[in-house]
Amino acid sequence: MSQNLLKKSTARNQPLTKETAPQAVVIGVSAGGLKALSAILPALPADYPLPVMIVIHLPPDRDSIVADLFNDRCALTVREAEDKEDILPGHVYFAPPDYHLLIEPDRRLSLSSEEPVLFSRPSVDVLFETAADVYGAGLIGIILTGANPDGAAGLKAVMAAGGMALVQRPDLAYASAMPEAALELCPQAESLSLEQIAEKLREVVLP
Amino acid sequence: MDAEVTDVTPVGTVKTEDIEIRLLLEAIFRKYHYDFRGYAMASVKRRLIQARDHFKCATFSALQDMILHDPGMMTAMLPYLTVQVSELFRDPLYFKAIREKVVPHLKTYPSLKVWIAGCSTGEELYSFAILFREEGLFDRTLFYATDINHDALKKAEAGVYSLDRLKLFTENHRLSGGKSSLSDYYTAAYGAASFDKSLRKNVVFSDHSLATDAVFAETQLVSCRNVLIYFDRDLQDRAISLFHDSLARKGFLGLGSKETLRFSSSADDFSDFEHTERIYQKRDMT
Repeated sequence: MSQNLLKKSTARNQPLTKETAPQAVVIGVSAGGLKALSAILPALPADYPLPVMIVIHLPPDRDSIVADLFNDRCALTVREAEDKEDILPGHVYFAPPDYHLLIEPDRRLSLSSEEPVLFSRPSVDVLFETAADVYGAGLIGIILTGANPDGAAGLKAVMAAGGMALVQRPDLAYASAMPEAALELCPQAESLSLEQIAEKLREVVLP
Repeated sequence: MDAEVTDVTPVGTVKTEDIEIRLLLEAIFRKYHYDFRGYAMASVKRRLIQARDHFKCATFSALQDMILHDPGMMTAMLPYLTVQVSELFRDPLYFKAIREKVVPHLKTYPSLKVWIAGCSTGEELYSFAILFREEGLFDRTLFYATDINHDALKKAEAGVYSLDRLKLFTENHRLSGGKSSLSDYYTAAYGAASFDKSLRKNVVFSDHSLATDAVFAETQLVSCRNVLIYFDRDLQDRAISLFHDSLARKGFLGLGSKETLRFSSSADDFSDFEHTERIYQKRDMT
C-alpha cells in the first residue's frame, strides 16, 4: 500500500508538459559592457524570435543613451524598458539606469526603485531571478564582463529552473570578476567567447 | 477504506508558491484590509521571499498562518510590502520643471491643494513644501500627504533624516533650481537633520490607499512618483482615475521619471505637459 502510494506520488510529480524551447534571453554585464554587447547584439538577425532583456551597470544618470546607441547598430529593435510594457519577440530591452528591471508572470516588464542589491541598481540578480521564475527552462541567462559579483546568484536561479547558463570566458573578459563569480557558483555553466555566445544564441532558435 | 483510493493529481502548471502568495495576499486583505492583490507580482514575490526567510518560515502558507493569528506580524510585514526609498528633490529636473513650468500656472490660483500620494517617509513632501515656500506659494497651499503605511507617515510627520543623506539632498535641491539654502530649513543635531515644523504647518498627513479608498478633495496638483510601478495595470488604472477625479480642471499630475500614462485607460484624459519629466495636465473636457 505505502509502496503503491510512493509510486503514484512519483508519477504525480511528472510535469504535464515540458517546455524547454527557448523563450527569452537575459544578459548581465558591467565594466567593459558596451564593447562586449557590441560583439553580440549586432550579430542577431532581424527575424530573431526571442526577446532579450539586459542589465548593464552604468552611473545612475537617467539619460542613458545605450539603447539608442545599439538601436542604430542592430537589426533588432533596441529600447529602454518601460514599466508594464508587453515583452515582444525580437526586441531588446535595457534596464533604465537607477531602476531594477523585473519580469512579471504575465510577461510584461516592470521597473522598481527598491534598494540596490549588491550595491547595484539595476541588479542582474533581480532580473535573472524574476525571469527564471517566469520562463523556467525556456530561459537563457548570460553573464559577461564585469568587476563585481552581481549576477552569480541570478544565474544559479536560471539553472535551478532548468534554463541554459552561458558565461563569458573570464580570461577573455575585460573584467573577470563577474564571470568568475558566476562560474564559481554555477560550475556547470558553459564558458564561451563572445563570438561563441552570439553563435549559440543564433543556433538555439534554429528549427 | 482501502477499497477505492482515488489518485489525486495536481492540475495545471501554476506553481504551489504562486497559489500560496495569492492566498496570503487575500488573507492580508480580509483580515487587515491592506490590499496588495493588485500589486505587480514579480516585486511582491521577491519581497515576500525575503520576509519568509527573515521570519524563518518554510512556506508562504506558514507565513500566512503567523500573519493571520498575530496582528503584530502584520505590522512587521508592512516594511516588506511597501517600498520606502526616496530622497529630497529626487530627480532634480522634475522639480525644476515644476518650478519653471507648473508654478506659473499655480500662481494664478488664490488657494491651492496639492496631493502627495504615496508620500512614504515624507521626502517628496518636504521637497514640495520648500519649493512652494521659495516660490511664494506655501502660505496659500494645503498639502495632503498620504500613504498606507502608518509608520512611514509618522516618520514623514517627524521630518527627521539621517545627516549622511543631506549632502545628496543639498545637491539635488541645488540642481532643482533652489533659490535658498537647504540648511535654512533644518537643524542638525546628533547625526540627524530635523526639518522645520513650519514646513508642516499646512500639511494633512493621512492614511489613504490608492487600492481601496476614494477621492477626498479637489486638488490642483497631484504628485505620485515611483508608486505606480509597484502596481499591475488594473490597479494603475484605478489610481490614475482617482487622480483624474481629484484634479481640478487643467490640474497637473506628476509621475516618476520612468512612469507613463501610455498604457492607462485614462491616457486620453490627460495631455503631455512636460513629456521628459512625466508631468501631465488634465484635459479640459468641457
